[in-house]
Amino acid sequence: MKKEPLAFLVVESQAHRHSSHPSLGIGDVMTTKKSTDKNQDKQAGITQEGRFYSADRLHAMHDMMLFIRRFEEKAGQMYGLKKIGGFCHLCNGQEAVCVGMEEASEPTDYMMTSYRDHGHILARGSDATAIMAELLGRAGGIVGGKGGSMHMFDVTKNFAGGNGIVGEQVPIGIGFAFASQYRDDKRVSITIMGDGGVNQGAVYESFNMAALWKLPVVFVIENNQYAMGTSLSRASAETHLYKRGISFKVPGIQVDGMDVLEVERKMAEAIEHARSGQGPIIVEMMTYRYRGHSMSDPATYRTRDEVDEWRTGRDPIARLQLQMIAAGLATEEEFKQKDKDIKKEVNDVAKAAEAQPEPDLSVMWDDILNDEIPNAYPYPRQVG
Amino acid sequence: MAKITYREALNQAMCQEMERDDRVFLMGEEVAQYNGAYKVSQGMLDKFGPRRVIDTPITELGFAGLGVGAAMAGLRPVIEFMTWNFAILAADQIVNAAAKMKYMTGGQYDCPMVFRGAGGAAARVSSQHSQAFENWYANIPGLKVVMPSNPADAKGLLAASIRDNDTVIFIENEINYGDVGEVPEGEYIIPLGKAEIKRVGKDITLIAHSRMTGYALMAAEELAKMGIDAEVVDPRTIRPLDEATILASVAKTNRAVVIEEGWRFAGIGAEISARIMEKAFDDLDAPVVRVTGKDVPMPYAANLERHALPSVAEIVEAARVTCNRA
Ligand SMILES: Cc1ncc(C[n+]2csc(CCOP(=O)(O)OP(=O)(O)O)c2C)c(N)n1
Ligand SMILES: [Mg+2]
Repeated sequence: MKKEPLAFLVVESQAHRHSSHPSLGIGDVMTTKKSTDKNQDKQAGITQEGRFYSADRLHAMHDMMLFIRRFEEKAGQMYGLKKIGGFCHLCNGQEAVCVGMEEASEPTDYMMTSYRDHGHILARGSDATAIMAELLGRAGGIVGGKGGSMHMFDVTKNFAGGNGIVGEQVPIGIGFAFASQYRDDKRVSITIMGDGGVNQGAVYESFNMAALWKLPVVFVIENNQYAMGTSLSRASAETHLYKRGISFKVPGIQVDGMDVLEVERKMAEAIEHARSGQGPIIVEMMTYRYRGHSMSDPATYRTRDEVDEWRTGRDPIARLQLQMIAAGLATEEEFKQKDKDIKKEVNDVAKAAEAQPEPDLSVMWDDILNDEIPNAYPYPRQVG
Repeated sequence: MAKITYREALNQAMCQEMERDDRVFLMGEEVAQYNGAYKVSQGMLDKFGPRRVIDTPITELGFAGLGVGAAMAGLRPVIEFMTWNFAILAADQIVNAAAKMKYMTGGQYDCPMVFRGAGGAAARVSSQHSQAFENWYANIPGLKVVMPSNPADAKGLLAASIRDNDTVIFIENEINYGDVGEVPEGEYIIPLGKAEIKRVGKDITLIAHSRMTGYALMAAEELAKMGIDAEVVDPRTIRPLDEATILASVAKTNRAVVIEEGWRFAGIGAEISARIMEKAFDDLDAPVVRVTGKDVPMPYAANLERHALPSVAEIVEAARVTCNRA
């Protein structure tokens, strides 16, 4: 029996619809609507693998994923117009990882990632206008216009970047975990890396120390199958990345990173493992980036069919929409309206960000040192 | 002579050396199937095959060390860093291993190899991706540091670096990759340790390397309009430095401005101006002035980035002030 293609709502604007793609099974979706309840909608939801998600929560997850998708598309456009410069890495396709992970964590947990950071910081709840302003190099950017796309940080959200050197955030991540253990404040460090980044030597030094000292860290590997133009199997002898901790006694699990509910559920388990003092754990998220590595990458190293299979066969937003419709929690019409609203919201964000001035030139000298030493060369804030 | 780009010139040099010497191979991230992150190794996989053009995982420390070992075992590695910012991960192998190997083995082992890649500021990539590190490596005995400023130099200097029997740090410039210039066809070698006078002048010497050479040449044109005839010297090899060419120029002009994109403190300009002071003090009619990048990590915002980098206007102003001093 042929089922509807998954992306019937065309949430990925460049998607090519293939009716030959099977939709994902939604047999595990079960409505929990209590028809006797007066306040029906509040009680409605989906239970997956024994975990209940209320309609409100599902809507929030959906809206955030869609917001990230539209935000990234806008960023891509602005880049095309040369309003954004430098390296700009979009996360289209990976939204379920960003949102599911955020849903499973506490706001006090630490999170850090690489340069592919827009989706994560948006999911974390940072101000979208400040993030767009950062992309545009404006005064109100989330790091004042100094970092751009690759260096999004928000200390108020415990989000520590935004790291441009592949693998660099991994030892930093166990440092946050160490601080948490040191103070015994039960915070978990969610340390995210790519399938390329996982090969850096410092990652294994980190696995070992984290296991040795039972540090509360979840190592998340966003396996989007490529590191720039290098496919996983061309760079890794062991392609099951969740097994990479075996010789360090770091357990690992593999997760369908295109299913926001699975991401949330498995991530919640992993975070609980770390928080309860059992030490580090690896979570390999199977996902895919729809766009090139960065804006300058035409991504000719992969086939159209491969991209289509992920985009229209496994899209995380379309998948959740389908589940929610099947569960009677929303209609196609509502999702279409929501998409319009979110697009407008993103446009407003972009407009507000663009209306901001560039940073004041004096800002260039700020934030280099805390304790400037005024009478010794090189003198603070001076040329020569 | 054909007009080709700086990146094509580098490609020609590598192909030329790989054709004549089977010991030479190219290894780095995205160098083979992707034809190089900046397309410097375009077509080389097709030409030489996967035995000699090798994609690596993202493991700078590891493949730099592999290069050191292969060089010690008699091969001639060309190790590409996508940019020199990432080579910091490999600094141990470069500084502690490659640079020291001959000395600490009493001459038993050599490390004839090239570490190469893009250095300096790129456009709008913020603090971690826009940095000049030539002064780090130039400080190390056992290393040679080479930086071409135009396509012809890129070809001749890279070929010489590959033939050289020591470890060469070869720093290209990302913004220069697309520059077009006349480049000699066929085998072309520029000896290391030789500066070149890029513009002859009599009133002031502008000393600049890599991308700043182009800036110095533009500044010289501006200065000409003011009646100041500037000579532009490009050291090309940073270490060892051809100070004879620099000192001869200063003996003629009696004034010098040293320009570099990187930070001023302990930079290349510090070394060059110290040598001029030590060796040509009596030739100077004015103190040597340095034009450098501002003493800040590179910011992303377009206006801040412009402000942080040296400009042609700053070079012109420094030269003008230097010329007006008695
Ligand atoms: C140490 C280092 N080497 C190389 C690079 C250049 N680079 C940037 S991203 C990237 C690929 C990383 O791929 P992956 O870890 O899979 O993350 P993804 O981009 O897929 O999110 C490379 C090689 C870098 N930034 N840092
Ligand atoms: Mg990847």
